[in-house]
Amino acid sequence: MRMPEPDRDVLARRAQIAEDLRRIVPGEGVIVDADERRPYESDGLTAYRQSPLVVVLPSTTEQVSQVLRYCHENGVKVVPRGSGTSLSGGALPLADGVLLGLGKFNRILEIDFENRCVVAQPGVTNLGITNAVQHEGFYYAPDPSSQIACSIGGNVAENSGGVHCLKYGLTTNNLLGLEMVLVTGEVIRLGGKHLDAEGYDLLGLMTGSEGLLGVVTEVTVRILKKPETARALLLGFPTNESAGDCVAAIIAAGIIPGGMEMMDRPAIHAAEAFVHAGYPLDVEGLLIVELDGPQVEVDHLIERVEAIADAHGAVAKQVSQSEEERQKFWAGRKAAFPAVGRISPDYYCMDGTIPRSQLPLVLKRMGEMSAHYGLGVANVFHAGDGNLHPLILYDANKPDELEKAEAFGADILKLCVAVGGVLTGEHGVGVEKRDLMHEMFDEIDLKQQQRIKCAFDAGGLLNPGKMFPQLHRCAELGRLHVHHGQLPFPDLPRF
Amino acid sequence: MTTVLRPETPAQVAEAVAWAAADEAPLELVGAATKRGLGRPVQAGHTLDLSALYGITLYEPEELVLSAGAGTPLAEIETALAGKQQQLAFEPPDLGPLFGAPAGKGTIGGALACNLSGPRRIKAGGARDHFLGFKAVSGRGEAFKAGSRVVKNVTGYDLCKLLAGSYGTLVALTDVTIKVLPAPEKTRTLLLVGLADAVAVRAMSRALQSSHEVSGAAHLPAALAAALPVELVARAGDAVTAIRVEGPGPSVEFRCAALRRELADLGAATEELHSHNSALFWRGLRDVAPFVADRQTAVWRLSVPPMAGAQVVTTLVAALDVLGKSQYFYDWGGGLIWFALPATADAAAETVRGAIAACGGHATLVRAPDETRVAVPVFQPQPEPLALLSRRVKESFDPRRILNPGRLSAAI
Repeated sequence: MRMPEPDRDVLARRAQIAEDLRRIVPGEGVIVDADERRPYESDGLTAYRQSPLVVVLPSTTEQVSQVLRYCHENGVKVVPRGSGTSLSGGALPLADGVLLGLGKFNRILEIDFENRCVVAQPGVTNLGITNAVQHEGFYYAPDPSSQIACSIGGNVAENSGGVHCLKYGLTTNNLLGLEMVLVTGEVIRLGGKHLDAEGYDLLGLMTGSEGLLGVVTEVTVRILKKPETARALLLGFPTNESAGDCVAAIIAAGIIPGGMEMMDRPAIHAAEAFVHAGYPLDVEGLLIVELDGPQVEVDHLIERVEAIADAHGAVAKQVSQSEEERQKFWAGRKAAFPAVGRISPDYYCMDGTIPRSQLPLVLKRMGEMSAHYGLGVANVFHAGDGNLHPLILYDANKPDELEKAEAFGADILKLCVAVGGVLTGEHGVGVEKRDLMHEMFDEIDLKQQQRIKCAFDAGGLLNPGKMFPQLHRCAELGRLHVHHGQLPFPDLPRF
Repeated sequence: MTTVLRPETPAQVAEAVAWAAADEAPLELVGAATKRGLGRPVQAGHTLDLSALYGITLYEPEELVLSAGAGTPLAEIETALAGKQQQLAFEPPDLGPLFGAPAGKGTIGGALACNLSGPRRIKAGGARDHFLGFKAVSGRGEAFKAGSRVVKNVTGYDLCKLLAGSYGTLVALTDVTIKVLPAPEKTRTLLLVGLADAVAVRAMSRALQSSHEVSGAAHLPAALAAALPVELVARAGDAVTAIRVEGPGPSVEFRCAALRRELADLGAATEELHSHNSALFWRGLRDVAPFVADRQTAVWRLSVPPMAGAQVVTTLVAALDVLGKSQYFYDWGGGLIWFALPATADAAAETVRGAIAACGGHATLVRAPDETRVAVPVFQPQPEPLALLSRRVKESFDPRRILNPGRLSAAI
């Protein structure tokens, strides 16, 4: 993965830049020592490492504004970072870039139960929001698997999802307001405790913009009352097709489960060996279907899902009879990644989304690719929304295996796009999928996206090298080639 | 005299816009042209009529996805969805009649471009939340796409959000893909009679804070309630607070009973609307039916923090008393206020916007004569850095300002 060539002039100014930043963020908030910069050299995509020019850890919006203004005026790149859990290299530092860490923004600012929202600083963890409101029975719905560590600001940058997002939405559907700082240092507020944007929905645009458009300094999210109860079904199928058909039939019957997860045989075996969740081992596809709501609704829907599962040939079926049992069903799925980590020295987690009907084809082709590359693959799948997480097994200590795993992963994502899906459902493009963007978008599509980047950051200083395979100068992108001519299609009716 | 261009293919749309960009000839974009009165009036020599981009091109109920030409009537989409017991969960309003246009004509492109959402916004999200992908022509005359046909996608910027509510000032939509959801098996609406506004807003907040998945929470003062074509509401003889629950039969009955019990301490008389009357009631609110008949009033739509709703209305009613009688009702648990006042040259814009300055939110002048909508900002004015950013975003799609120029603001 090639990153933009570091600017030698900026590299040479490291000491001066650090000194200037110290005037904005005094004391320990500026890190320049090589050893102390090391913890920041990677995020959740650990295959890539790069030590940043300088790390700066501001603690107020005013400091963020001044840091950005300084970098803007001095032509220094900036990489924003929340908790550094990105799986796509979204927070991968640049050698000639300031790493702007938001970790000190770790306070909940306001809990407003009556308006059902929480105002938090961006460094608060996803789970921290739920923890702050659960004493009143509330929670924050999006639950990425890194929720214990990932920051809410990072969730905004990546539009994070989780296992419950078919029913409860992604970050973007649960976000009400932002305070953010533009690269010029200007502070703007979007939304608030009310619904919908005034003017362009820049709140929606910011969500999932991967740190390329601005730095979030305050977040307002919607909170929900916890459902009265939840129960889960564990369903085993002899084929992936029948498991997939069962998922389709559940949705076609008008049921939107709180969670609906699928695992393939390798993932089932790895998880069962690790946590002994009681998964059946003689099935090809395993579904966990969770229904939540009032007891009377959950019991009613459990019966209907059971009937649908029977009609689709489920060969194993358990219904949770207690909260403990429900948690046990989930234990295997939640531990799937570390479980796979036990059977392979390394694994590479992919994140495509496909139209669910394409699942059997995609799994079949993935099996062929697995044989071709000589690397194993286990699949966990947010079945309700078609978001696939193939885990490619490899050993980074063996020559070429990382490259092979990456090539395998790229082939999987190309296949996802070819069957009508997308490169990433929730992990983001980052550096990881940057060079695959042409699989989904043509040059005109990508240039239009980059023009929006130009509207926010004409100098291209915010998180460059992420998301877009090719960088264009804004002046070039803005040029409009016009061809004067006649009013078109004069033969059409014009009233 | 404007010329109407009615392209029949996306390629012809691109051709038309490229021509307009070259000649710097502004275009007014319309679908069925039912909401021409919404937004700041556009000065354009040509109308780009997208209604010929018509028809559902993909509908896979079990994948919860539907694609259609941008000019496809909502009514046609809703009929197709109803055939599979599905719906547009954002409950798009039919605002045509509010502007004197016939009912049932609006297009999916128009609903998305104006980000119009109904009472279920509070639970299911708005139009923006169900907009998955599109093909469009930018003001540069270039056909491009964004998003996809899957419900979970973070590949590239979320341009669907940006286009929802852009009022045709960034692109001409040609094809759209939306998320669709199962229609509820059953609907019940709990009515609480005779609550004062502030009490009603607190009651709605309590209902929305419960785990009962309330999908509508509205409050109508007595005069408006009396005029609704739903008998139980009309003959209540007092203000009516309505709380809707939807879902499987046993669940709906349980939740409706639970809400009734939990709100019993208010001492209000209660009634229940079942599925048919619920549908009538919420459709009326969705389409702002109480303000359709009297076309002489100016109509504002205020989005505020729900708990601030009653105070905003109290302030407004007191300040506008001199103008004559104003009327209003609340949706979104108090967070959405529809407010009608006798028409004046400036529709009391400063007073209305002043009333929400303290609590935050935005006020849109939805219906007023053209002169008024030129004289005062239709949409909430923005602080300078945000206004300038919005202009740069506009320029990034439409550098020559040929798509609906002036519709959102004089500068955009």
